[in-house]
Amino acid sequence: MDEAMIGSLIASTLRVSTPLIFCALAGLLSERSGVIDIGLEGKMLFAAFAAGAAGVTFGSTAVALLVAMGTTVLLSWLHGFACVSHRGDQVVSGVAINIIAVGMTAVLGIAWFSQGGQTPPVTTEVRMQALMPGVVASLQGIPVLGQIVGQGFLSHNALVYVALLLVPAVWWLMYRTRFGLRLRAVGENAHMVDAAGVSVVGMRYAALTLNGLLCGLAGSYLVLAQNAAFVPNMTAGRGFMALAALIFGKWHPVKAFWACLLFGFLDAVAIRMQGVALPGIGLVPVQLIQALPYLLTVILLAGFIGRTVAPQALGRPYLKER
Amino acid sequence: MTHQPLPRWADLVLLPIVNLAVALLAAGVMVWWVGQDPLEVLKVLLHGAFGTPRGLSYTLYYATTFVFTGLAVAVAFHGGLFNIGGEGQAILGGLGTGLVALWLAASLPAWLMLPLMLLAGALFGMVWAAVPAYLQAYRGSHVVITTIMFNFLASSLLVYLLVNHLKVPGNMSVESAPFADSAKLPSMATFLGWLGIEWPNSPLNTSVFLAVMAAAGVYFFLWHTRLGYELRATGSSARAAAYAGIRPKHQVMLAMGLSGALAGMVGMNEVAGVNGRLLLEYVSGAGFTGIAVSLMGRSHPFGIVLASVLFGALFQGGAEVSFEVRGFSRDMVVMLQGFIVLFSGAMAYVLAPAVGWAVQGLRSPAATTSEKGAAHG
Repeated sequence: MDEAMIGSLIASTLRVSTPLIFCALAGLLSERSGVIDIGLEGKMLFAAFAAGAAGVTFGSTAVALLVAMGTTVLLSWLHGFACVSHRGDQVVSGVAINIIAVGMTAVLGIAWFSQGGQTPPVTTEVRMQALMPGVVASLQGIPVLGQIVGQGFLSHNALVYVALLLVPAVWWLMYRTRFGLRLRAVGENAHMVDAAGVSVVGMRYAALTLNGLLCGLAGSYLVLAQNAAFVPNMTAGRGFMALAALIFGKWHPVKAFWACLLFGFLDAVAIRMQGVALPGIGLVPVQLIQALPYLLTVILLAGFIGRTVAPQALGRPYLKER
Repeated sequence: MTHQPLPRWADLVLLPIVNLAVALLAAGVMVWWVGQDPLEVLKVLLHGAFGTPRGLSYTLYYATTFVFTGLAVAVAFHGGLFNIGGEGQAILGGLGTGLVALWLAASLPAWLMLPLMLLAGALFGMVWAAVPAYLQAYRGSHVVITTIMFNFLASSLLVYLLVNHLKVPGNMSVESAPFADSAKLPSMATFLGWLGIEWPNSPLNTSVFLAVMAAAGVYFFLWHTRLGYELRATGSSARAAAYAGIRPKHQVMLAMGLSGALAGMVGMNEVAGVNGRLLLEYVSGAGFTGIAVSLMGRSHPFGIVLASVLFGALFQGGAEVSFEVRGFSRDMVVMLQGFIVLFSGAMAYVLAPAVGWAVQGLRSPAATTSEKGAAHG
C-alpha cells in the first residue's frame, strides 16, 4: 500500500461515513430521549429529495439545506405527534415514514421534474465544494503531508467537518449541559423527570427537533456533496446502517462515531477489494464485507462483544398520571 | 386521554374504516396535487384490477404473496412481537424453495417435488426468523433491530449465492438455471384448463390455494388450539402467561418460527409459481407490504385476506393506471401503503375520541357533552 492509496482510503472512508455520522447522531438524540427512530432511512431520503428539488429550483445551497432540514423536522414532529402525543407504536410510525418516503419522493420527483423520479443535477455553484483546496494543493508533493493529510483529511467539503465537529458537540450537549441531563433522564425514567417538573413531552419533542435537523443534513449531504442529483431510493439502507452504528456504539455519541467510521471504512474497502485476493485468505466476497456492519451489530446485540444497554424507557410512551 | 372505550363494533369495524378512508383521502389529495383527477385514477385502477379476468388474475397473484407476509406479521404480533424481517425471511424462503428445486427436480416427480419445495421454503424462513427469536428470548437483544439486520444479511446472502455459485456461466443476467418441469407449480390457466375452464395466462398460480389454506390454518391455530391460546396469552401479557405456567421464551421461538415459515412460503408463489428459477428480485418490498396488510386486517386472517386483495388490486390497478395516465407511477401505490401504515397503524387511535364522540352523539343526541382529551404534558 502506498501513500496515495492510504490517502484515498482515508478520504473515501470519511466521505462515506459523513451521512452515517449525521444520521447516527440524529437517531441517538431521539433514542436517548426514549423515542425509537426506525424512520432515519425515510427521513434521510426525504431530505435528499428536498435538497435536490430546492437546490435545482432556487439555485442556492443555503435554501437547499434549509428546505431539507425543515422537511425532516416536520417529519420528526409527525413521528412525535403519532408516538409522543398520541402514544402510537414508535416502530410502526418509523416504518410508515420509511415507506412514505420511498413512494412520495418518487411521485413528487416525477410530477415536478418528469425524469423518472430523479431531479436534474444541481449546479456546481449549489454543490458543496472542497473547503480548503489551496492548502491541499500547497501540500501536494510533500511526503506523508501531501497524500495522507492533504488528500485524506483536508480535501473535503464543509459538511464533512461539520459532521466531525458535531460529535464532540453532541457529546457536550448530552453530558455537560442541563438539557442533556434531562434528555437522558427522560429516556431512562420519564416519571422521575415529570416529578421534577420538566415536561416529558416537551423534552421528547425537543430531541425530535434536533433529530430532524441532523437527518436533514444527512440527506442534503447525499445530494449536495456526494451525488449531484436526487435518485429514487438513493439512501439505499444508509439510515439502517446508521441505526446499526448507533446501537453498535451503545447509544454513546463518541462510540457511535467510531462505529460510523468503521462501517464507512468497510464500505470503502469493499469497493477496492472487488476481485482482489488477500494473501493467506484468498478472495473475500464483496457481499460479506458489505454485510459485515449488520453482522457485527447482531453479534454485539447477542452479547458476544460486551453488553449493550438500551435506554430504559426506549419505546415506552409516557402516560402522565392524573 | 381518558375517553370512553369505543363499543366493540365501532372499534373493530368503524375505526379501521375511518382510518383507511383518511389514508385514501391523503393519497387522493396527493394525486390531485400532482395534477391528476383522483376519480379518473380510481376508475382506471378498479377496472385494471377487477375489470378483466387477466387483471383479476394479477390482483390475486399479488394478493397471494401479501397473504403470506401479512400472516407472518400477524402471527408474530399475536405473540407480542414485531417482525420487520418478513422481507429477509421471504428471501430465504425463496432460496430454500429454489435450492431444493435445483438440487432434486431433475430426478423427482412433481407430486413429491412440490411439497418438498414448500417444506424447504418454510424451513429456511423459519430458521432465518428463529435466530433473531433466540437472540430476543435468550440473549436479550431486540427482535425489531435484529430482524432489520437480518433483512440486509438475507439480501447479501442471496446476491452472493447468485453471483458466485448459482449464476449460469456465460449468461449476462444474474439468475440461476431454470428448474426442471417437476418443480414448477401449475399456473391457474393450466389448472383451470384441467377442469375444462378457459382462463387467460397470468402469473396467478395454484399457490393462491395454499395462501387461503395458510390463512385458515392460522385462524384455526390461533383461536382453536391450546398452543395458539398460549401464544396469544403471551402476546397480551407475558407476565400473566408466565404465571399461568406458559414459558414466554418458548412462545417467542414459536411465534417467530411460525412467522418466518409463513413468510418463507412466498417462495412457492414467486419462485416455484412464476419465475421457475432463482433471481435477485422476487420479494421486492412484499415483506413491508405485509406490515401494512396485517395492520389493516387487524391481524385477523380474514381481515388479512381482504387487505391482501385490496393491496393486490392497488398494485395491479396501479400498474394499469401508470400505462394509461401520464405521470402516474406505481410509487403512488407505495406511498398509499405508507399512509395506511401511518393512519391504520401508528395513528390508529388518534381519531378514536372523535369516532367515539360521533358514535355517542348518534346514540343519544342529548349526552354529547363528553370531555375531550385534555392537552398533553
